[in-house]
Amino acid sequence: MSQPLVEMNNIHKRFGGIHAVEDMSLELHPGEVVGLLGHNGAGKSTFIKMLSGAYQVDSGEILIDGQPVQIRNPIDAKELGIETIYQTLALADNLDTAANIFFGREILTPWGALDEPAMEHAAIGVMKRLNPQFRKFHDPVSNLSGGQRQSVAIARALQFNARIIIMDEPTAALGPHETQMVADLIKALKKEGIAIVMISHDLHDVFDLSDRIAVMKNGRHVWTGATTETDKDQVLQMVILGKLPDGSYAPGILTSEDA
Amino acid sequence: MERTAAERPVSVGERLRQVSQSVQMDTRLLAMIGAVVAIWAFFEIASGGIFLSPRNLWNLSVQTSVTALLATGMVLIIVSRNIDLSIGSLLAFLGILGGFVQTEVLPLEGTHSWWISILVMIGAGALAGGMQGWLIARFAIPAFVVTLGGLMFWRGAGWLFTQGRTVTPLDTTYSVFGGGSIGESWSWVVGATGFALLALLTAWKRQRRKALGFQVKPASVELAIVAAVGALIAAFVATMNGYDFPRTEDGRGIPVPVLILIVVAAVMIYVANMTRFGRYIYGYGGNPEAAQLAGVNTRRVVITSFALIGALTAIGAVISTARLNAAPLSIGNLLELQVIAAAVIGGTSLSGGTGTILGALIGALLMQSLQNGMVLLGVQSAPQQMIMAGVLIFAVWFDVIYQKRRV
Ligand SMILES: Nc1ncnc2c1ncn2[C@@H]1O[C@H](COP(=O)(O)OP(=O)(O)O)[C@@H](O)[C@H]1O
Ligand SMILES: [Mg+2]
Repeated sequence: MSQPLVEMNNIHKRFGGIHAVEDMSLELHPGEVVGLLGHNGAGKSTFIKMLSGAYQVDSGEILIDGQPVQIRNPIDAKELGIETIYQTLALADNLDTAANIFFGREILTPWGALDEPAMEHAAIGVMKRLNPQFRKFHDPVSNLSGGQRQSVAIARALQFNARIIIMDEPTAALGPHETQMVADLIKALKKEGIAIVMISHDLHDVFDLSDRIAVMKNGRHVWTGATTETDKDQVLQMVILGKLPDGSYAPGILTSEDA
Repeated sequence: MERTAAERPVSVGERLRQVSQSVQMDTRLLAMIGAVVAIWAFFEIASGGIFLSPRNLWNLSVQTSVTALLATGMVLIIVSRNIDLSIGSLLAFLGILGGFVQTEVLPLEGTHSWWISILVMIGAGALAGGMQGWLIARFAIPAFVVTLGGLMFWRGAGWLFTQGRTVTPLDTTYSVFGGGSIGESWSWVVGATGFALLALLTAWKRQRRKALGFQVKPASVELAIVAAVGALIAAFVATMNGYDFPRTEDGRGIPVPVLILIVVAAVMIYVANMTRFGRYIYGYGGNPEAAQLAGVNTRRVVITSFALIGALTAIGAVISTARLNAAPLSIGNLLELQVIAAAVIGGTSLSGGTGTILGALIGALLMQSLQNGMVLLGVQSAPQQMIMAGVLIFAVWFDVIYQKRRV
């Protein structure tokens, strides 16, 4: 296989007494979608937040294109081409679409003022790729539907030529039609060679979209493999019990409360 | 699609909304301007033609200046989910500090005393505000608590400077900032300059949008708006020039405190709408987490906003003490509440994220108009306070209804 775009090796993260992520590793290749699965509290969000710069790793290493990198904050991550679409979407509800797409990375005029027309122009361009029907450019995003808000969140990533997109439950708040729209979008991004990590609870989506699946439980790695190597029942078993496809327990997963 | 929408019969409210949208003014702002006009008309009739005399309007504009000036800063504080209760006390402290510098540190009536003391005040104001902002941003102490502390602290600190003595008299050049005015010709120059800047900005925006292939408003509409603003500016200058110096034909022109307010308001509107800092204030107010995840240095934004209102408080202190030609300890009492009320009446939501500087300016004007008018009609100060309270609550109630109907 080609050189991985991202390698996260033996990552640990604690919050006080809670070991949120314990020795988790994951690789991502260009044009690949990896579905990250696990129960609520399994540590999925915490794990990917260390790639997106929201948290820093306690120990472990992150390599991009084979080079070790330090991701200390969201700006570091963005400079490496890593964009994140959060579960909560993380939009400023009171700002309009262009302001949200460029939030934190505004286009300025030569004398340092916000260049609103330029940002709106770019916003129209990138939204056209995602949602050609979209017209509400002057509304605060609180007036948009769930799917439209999702497009704005994704447009934030596209506008800055992301190479790696992290999606934390991208379809959790959406209706069936909008979910389909996001699915189409993910397929399109994949074709452009973008690597995607997708956290989702919807097994159907995960099997539909991902090339590989990684399962976590209690902050630990359970199993990683090609989507074609497994099926929904097996994956569900791994999510719930931490059992490997062959029926044995993954090392370190079985705890007294599970037994 | 837009065609059918236009052809459908529409209600009056809907049509009003369309008109206001086409001139890019929100309905709430128009409603407030309507309220000010109604209040002015009422007092004009009730006072038998005194209220709208150049003399009274000149005084009204001076009375509004300090509250309005501080309200421009308070909007940004409240929009970013904070509050500042310390400004009244800080104003007293800074006034006393300025008076102290003028009379005790520098020679009284020295050539440079006035501007050195003003610089000291602005520097100290920004520092004091910045320190409060630092406590809030760095240690996550609620702004309400930190600035409530400020409210108690700064007046006490002012007392230490002078042991409670009122510093007076102040420098004569300095006192121009309180009650001076710039004369008829300069007033026209200021008006024309302001108009030219506005016209240039409008032209730049139009040209920029056109260059990017956007639709622009019809030239006639744009020209009409610019002309209307020009007429307002001219009416303002003419009114200020209409109040003559005693026993002369010379108009006073724009009062210095009002000139300061105009400049500060213009700068603040620019900061709020056209700079990154302003964008981050609004974005942070809308969703603090989103701002953090977008890589915004939210701590710096909060600290800067408090340093800014501290500096504005210093300018307010200059105007207030210069007007009195003294720096008493009691100055600025309850000013914070008046400023917050102006911002809230002007449409700033205490839950953060929404509010405009223009709205707060009109809010300040509305409150001061009521107060001024009631004084003209001989209303006692106790009922005055009660009526103002009613207005404040009515304005917020109106907002609640308005926000509900909009979604
Ligand atoms: N900021 C935080 N502070 C303390 N504990 C946290 C924090 N974020 C997550 N946790 C804890 O870490 C564990 C993993 O959470 P999370 O990564 O959100 O799981 P998932 O996204 O898989 O549902 C949970 O026990 C959660 O309570
Ligand atoms: Mg999660």
